Amino acid sequence: MSNLRFTEQPLSEWMRRRGNDSDIVISSRIRVARNLQHIPFPMLATNQQSEEVLNRLNEVLKSNALQPFGTFHLVRMSSLDELDKRVLVEKHLVSPDLAGESRNGAVLLNDQESVSIMINEEDHLRIQCLYPGFQIREAWKLASAIDDAFEAHVDYAFDDRKGYLTCCPTNVGTGVRASVMMHLPALVMTQQISRILSAVSQVGLAVRGIYGEGSEATGNMFQISNQITLGQSETEIIDNLESVVHQIIQHEKNARERLLAESKVRITDRVMRSYGILSHAAIIDSKEAAQRLSDVRLGIDLGLIQGVPDSVMNELNVMTQPGFLQKYFHEKMDAGERDMYRAKLIREKLGKTG
Amino acid sequence: MLCQECEKRPATLHFTKIINGVKTEFHLCETCAREKGDIIPGTAGGFSIHNLLSGLLDFDPTNKGPNSAKAAPMIRCEECGMTYAQFSKIGRFGCSSCYKYFNGKLDPLLKRVHGNTVHVGKIPKRAGGHIKVKRRIDDLKQELQYSIIQEEFEKAAQLRDQIRELEKEISED
Repeated sequence: MSNLRFTEQPLSEWMRRRGNDSDIVISSRIRVARNLQHIPFPMLATNQQSEEVLNRLNEVLKSNALQPFGTFHLVRMSSLDELDKRVLVEKHLVSPDLAGESRNGAVLLNDQESVSIMINEEDHLRIQCLYPGFQIREAWKLASAIDDAFEAHVDYAFDDRKGYLTCCPTNVGTGVRASVMMHLPALVMTQQISRILSAVSQVGLAVRGIYGEGSEATGNMFQISNQITLGQSETEIIDNLESVVHQIIQHEKNARERLLAESKVRITDRVMRSYGILSHAAIIDSKEAAQRLSDVRLGIDLGLIQGVPDSVMNELNVMTQPGFLQKYFHEKMDAGERDMYRAKLIREKLGKTG
Repeated sequence: MLCQECEKRPATLHFTKIINGVKTEFHLCETCAREKGDIIPGTAGGFSIHNLLSGLLDFDPTNKGPNSAKAAPMIRCEECGMTYAQFSKIGRFGCSSCYKYFNGKLDPLLKRVHGNTVHVGKIPKRAGGHIKVKRRIDDLKQELQYSIIQEEFEKAAQLRDQIRELEKEISED
């Protein structure tokens, strides 16, 4: 097993800080897609061409153009074993596609792990900036500045009518995907979630499970992001997302207050049962763990559970994933063993603090 | 409720598509849903944004056989060799020049995905010098129209001169 620093700790340094409304908005992320001129997109690029992309972008790093944004490290996907790749995916530092099927795929990571610049993913360059809590505007400012730093050194594929040209037509224009990860247990419990999510999709936003495309929401975590990248400016995209997220936060807060006012005993029973199970269970699968962790997080937010910091919750969300679990215990495990080790880990973590 | 397709079996799958505010409801039995190939999000069979995209592309569904494909004129990107038929199948471009070669066919697709066809956001600093001036001219032209409607002719004349100045600037380099 390799000793990659980025796969040792479950919680990126940026996640240890707190952001606005961080009881409901877990994190904010901006992703900017860019491509270099005159080279086919990674899907069709030859080995030599994708190597050239990697070298040219690595030159930018070597020129110190990224220095204002921290100390970056280049990590080639080919240098990692399967487990390390899996952990990076679980920490949202690389996409499953980059880890799985990229040619000359690599990522530039800064020390805080708040910036992840993927090379040779679906597009040549994908700049991703992560902030704790609700700080989507800050994330865009940083991503845009990093974008400018690259643009000073390389020529982007850009068209004055179509904007930044991307491999997938859903990203063309700004190439910007702004997303926030939200914990919405009260809206789920009061069955308002489907109404709200369908309203969200009508204003051009998309809702997904926490691991992106194609996976369902586990543990009441929802990712809200813009769908439209063409015909709206970056500011409009962010304004739109921000105003919708503000409304969802308000709805979730109202639903939480109502739960406390109308069914305090039931809700207390539910979160304490989950807390009890997590503190004592000997076997737990990832789906149940996610649901119980969501209950406990809600219990902490509502003041029903005391003495467990919410950073432990964020930590456990990553640590209970299959890849990190194996990394943590330095062992290869089958699904059954993972369920035992997961329970052990959660007991330890909650026991230490509770 | 009966399946709207076969009108025999009970409809077990209900879903609503909302594309740019246009709402379409479907009530199908599982057999018909599978036959229709409308794989619904969350059901087995997989569903990705690329499947959805290729469904949005105006690719003639009768054009499935290798022989019938010849009948349609072949649109191909001269840069990377990708054909429009390949693009409509996988929903991804091969290179940035594909946008140029498929241009005639793209606007309806982009309109359906984004509701728009023209970029209004950030412009690269080095490559985009002219574009910024062009946008400024567009803005000024709009202001000019407005001031004519408002009968502010003095202001209109100023705007006209400004536009001429900027247009000269672009044509000079």
